[in-house]
Amino acid sequence: MLIKILTRLVGGGGGGVAAAPRSVSFLNKTFRNYSSSSSSSSSNSSSVKKMTVRDALNSALDEEMCADRRVLLMGEEVGEYQGAYKVSKGLLQKHGPERVIDTPITEAGFTGIGVGAAYYGLRPVVEYMTFNFAMQAIDHIINSAAKTNYMSAGNINVPIVFRGPNGAAAGVGAQHSQCYSAWYGSVPGLKVLAPYSSEDARGLLKAAIRDPDPVVFLENELLYGEAFPVSDEVVDSSFCIPIGKAKIEKQGKHVTITSFSKMVGFSLKAAEILAEDGIDAEVINLRSIRPLDRSTINGSVRKTNRLVTVEEGYPQHGVGAEICASIVEDSFDYLDAPVERIGGADVPMPYAANLERMALPQVDDIVRAAKRLI
Amino acid sequence: MALYLPILRRKIGYLAMMNSTLSNFKTSFLSDKNSITTPDFCNSFSRRFHSSKADNLFDFMHNGGDSKELNFPGGIVKFTSQLKFLADVPEERVHCYRVLDDSGQLISNDFVQVNKETAVKMYKDMVMLQTMDTIFYEAQRQGRISFYLTANGEEAINIASAAALSMDDLVFPQYREAGVLLWRGFTLQEFANQCFGNKEDNGKGRQMPIHYGSNKHNYFTVASTVATQISHAVGAAYSLKMEGRDACTITYFGDGGTSTGDFHAALNFAAVMEVPVIFFCRNNGWAISTPVSDQFRSDGIVVRGKAYGIPSIRVDGNDALAVFSAVCMARTMAIREGKPVLIEALAYRAGHHSTSDDSSKYRPIEEIEWWKEAQNPVTRFREWLQGEGLWTTQAETELRDSARKEVLHAIQVAEKAEKPTVKEIFTDVYDVLPSNLRDQEKSLRETIERHSQDYPIDVPL
Repeated sequence: MLIKILTRLVGGGGGGVAAAPRSVSFLNKTFRNYSSSSSSSSSNSSSVKKMTVRDALNSALDEEMCADRRVLLMGEEVGEYQGAYKVSKGLLQKHGPERVIDTPITEAGFTGIGVGAAYYGLRPVVEYMTFNFAMQAIDHIINSAAKTNYMSAGNINVPIVFRGPNGAAAGVGAQHSQCYSAWYGSVPGLKVLAPYSSEDARGLLKAAIRDPDPVVFLENELLYGEAFPVSDEVVDSSFCIPIGKAKIEKQGKHVTITSFSKMVGFSLKAAEILAEDGIDAEVINLRSIRPLDRSTINGSVRKTNRLVTVEEGYPQHGVGAEICASIVEDSFDYLDAPVERIGGADVPMPYAANLERMALPQVDDIVRAAKRLI
Repeated sequence: MALYLPILRRKIGYLAMMNSTLSNFKTSFLSDKNSITTPDFCNSFSRRFHSSKADNLFDFMHNGGDSKELNFPGGIVKFTSQLKFLADVPEERVHCYRVLDDSGQLISNDFVQVNKETAVKMYKDMVMLQTMDTIFYEAQRQGRISFYLTANGEEAINIASAAALSMDDLVFPQYREAGVLLWRGFTLQEFANQCFGNKEDNGKGRQMPIHYGSNKHNYFTVASTVATQISHAVGAAYSLKMEGRDACTITYFGDGGTSTGDFHAALNFAAVMEVPVIFFCRNNGWAISTPVSDQFRSDGIVVRGKAYGIPSIRVDGNDALAVFSAVCMARTMAIREGKPVLIEALAYRAGHHSTSDDSSKYRPIEEIEWWKEAQNPVTRFREWLQGEGLWTTQAETELRDSARKEVLHAIQVAEKAEKPTVKEIFTDVYDVLPSNLRDQEKSLRETIERHSQDYPIDVPL
């Protein structure tokens, strides 16, 4: 039983389960290793497998393509170049040019073609080098994919996945750094996912590919190289995470911190720092922007009575704004303090490293916000 | 897997070459640091091609000393010493394929024969399309439906192209191809139901009129977005190719739609991916109020096919037999060779763009009238049919009469039918009704119960 708890603590990424008192120091140690971005293996258990997010995505794609002949990958540089970020490494060699298609440079064009293929029998995965470029294709994503099942009254369903890096990277400037979670999150007919760990990446991508509806899958370039511990369950090819369920990465009782993608890591670090001051934060990894897991978020806020929402994207009309509205509508009486929203600065992303750092939420911002509520 | 390695090796070899050639270019350019004037870009370039190092790298593709041609990326090209540009305007425009003359007489022996039953059905459907268009248009004018679009002047394009296809071929329409659906068996009642958005509409009242769609007839639901269907057709054709089916996709669009990015990407991709798709352009001269002279300066659409490496033909869109033959041939080519084909059918949009348009505001009424009378595709085909002994004046009267009655009846029935239930607001957003929509529906029904006296009577629960 203890072994099972240990594996789940390590495999689940930093302990989603409340550990018995004697395991507290172990929990803290595991926490530190998990939160660091180094890819060296955990010193606590040499049998625990680690997997980078890149490998998680690659293996998920490979397995789904093996399992279903209708799944294919298309995008710029996905084939010969092995993927702009090497996420599709080895796939062309294994599955052939019919199923891994290097497209010409036209996001609007190849998205339209992908949607057309999905209209009739295939299950394409359309890759964008970043979601910034997907703006060229957004008409097809929304008007040709998201709305079609409804507009055709169920005659045409569109089992397509649109995936690629979203949000800021490091020093790539304004036209390569915008976060589109709020844009796509507002569209009925789409499912929008934002994985954080390798477990999220594998499970959610598999779920997205198997889903009969169009899914927008928002990855993060900086997370590709980060390694996370993965359990045997995660590595199994049938592994899948349900769409629409958030994950409580760390239980707590004083304040709820909601986050997604890269900000989950920052929130967990912030929770560590807050713990030193006796503030027990609960960190929620949203995993799914649409459908938003309102019941988990509300349940958590009803327990802690305080909420900080964290996202990289612009604050106006952002994911945090929606979460705040949800809390006000459903759990107003449980709030002991106003909701704190943390988002990126309301400016196009500057390039200079110091300015970029100031334009994005940092761990300190999350800590300060939480402390303001207590 | 071994099959793909040779291809990879060749390509990687080329990439490596390009990289070295580029660095050669950089060194030759930078070596001029001592000169006062900045080297002219053209001069630097020609310097590169004179360098022996560059030549060696291209050696394996070079024609052993023959300087009349070179195997550039993309293939061998012959050189010319003439400084000459390709003309913007051709001396002669691409000729237009025609089988029947203005009065329905056969003037070609190079066409695909139509059997008697098909020919008669073609005519009957053209008349039905005309009748349906006239009466539905009137219904909109009377306020009974909110919107309508006619295919006036394009009956031959609609029916003849449909007749040349098989039911397995997938149709990706723009919006002026109701005749294709009519040919395939969509009933007048089904057309009327969609226009009235009633309970029987297989579109569940989700869309405005003329946005027909039917899985059964392999006719993809009309969307309001312009030219998006062109790239969809290419994707679906790719799927057909992978399936290995004896079928193709066909997509229709107007002259205006060819200005979009989707048109370009779709034709380009289809040629590169080699998929069985027929691109059918209805060049009717007008994109709402924009005449083709404001839309493009090329010789119509047919010449663009050549630019993308796609076989293309220009046909007389008012000539049913010409359209039929062209589509037949195109279909054979597309399926047998797994390649795209482009057809440009020249016609005239004899009606307004839609019921929201009054085209007399931007074009002379005499012009509209002339095309309606002198180039009417239905009249021309009838004359040919009568010449073949397949049609009579009496049959004409009977057909017109019964068609009119059928359409009126369909409208009456559709108008009286109930509208879709409240449930249909929420279904089909996703495959499975999500919890937030279930909650919204529940909350809506509770509100309805609380205020039942205010609830509209024409929205069934």
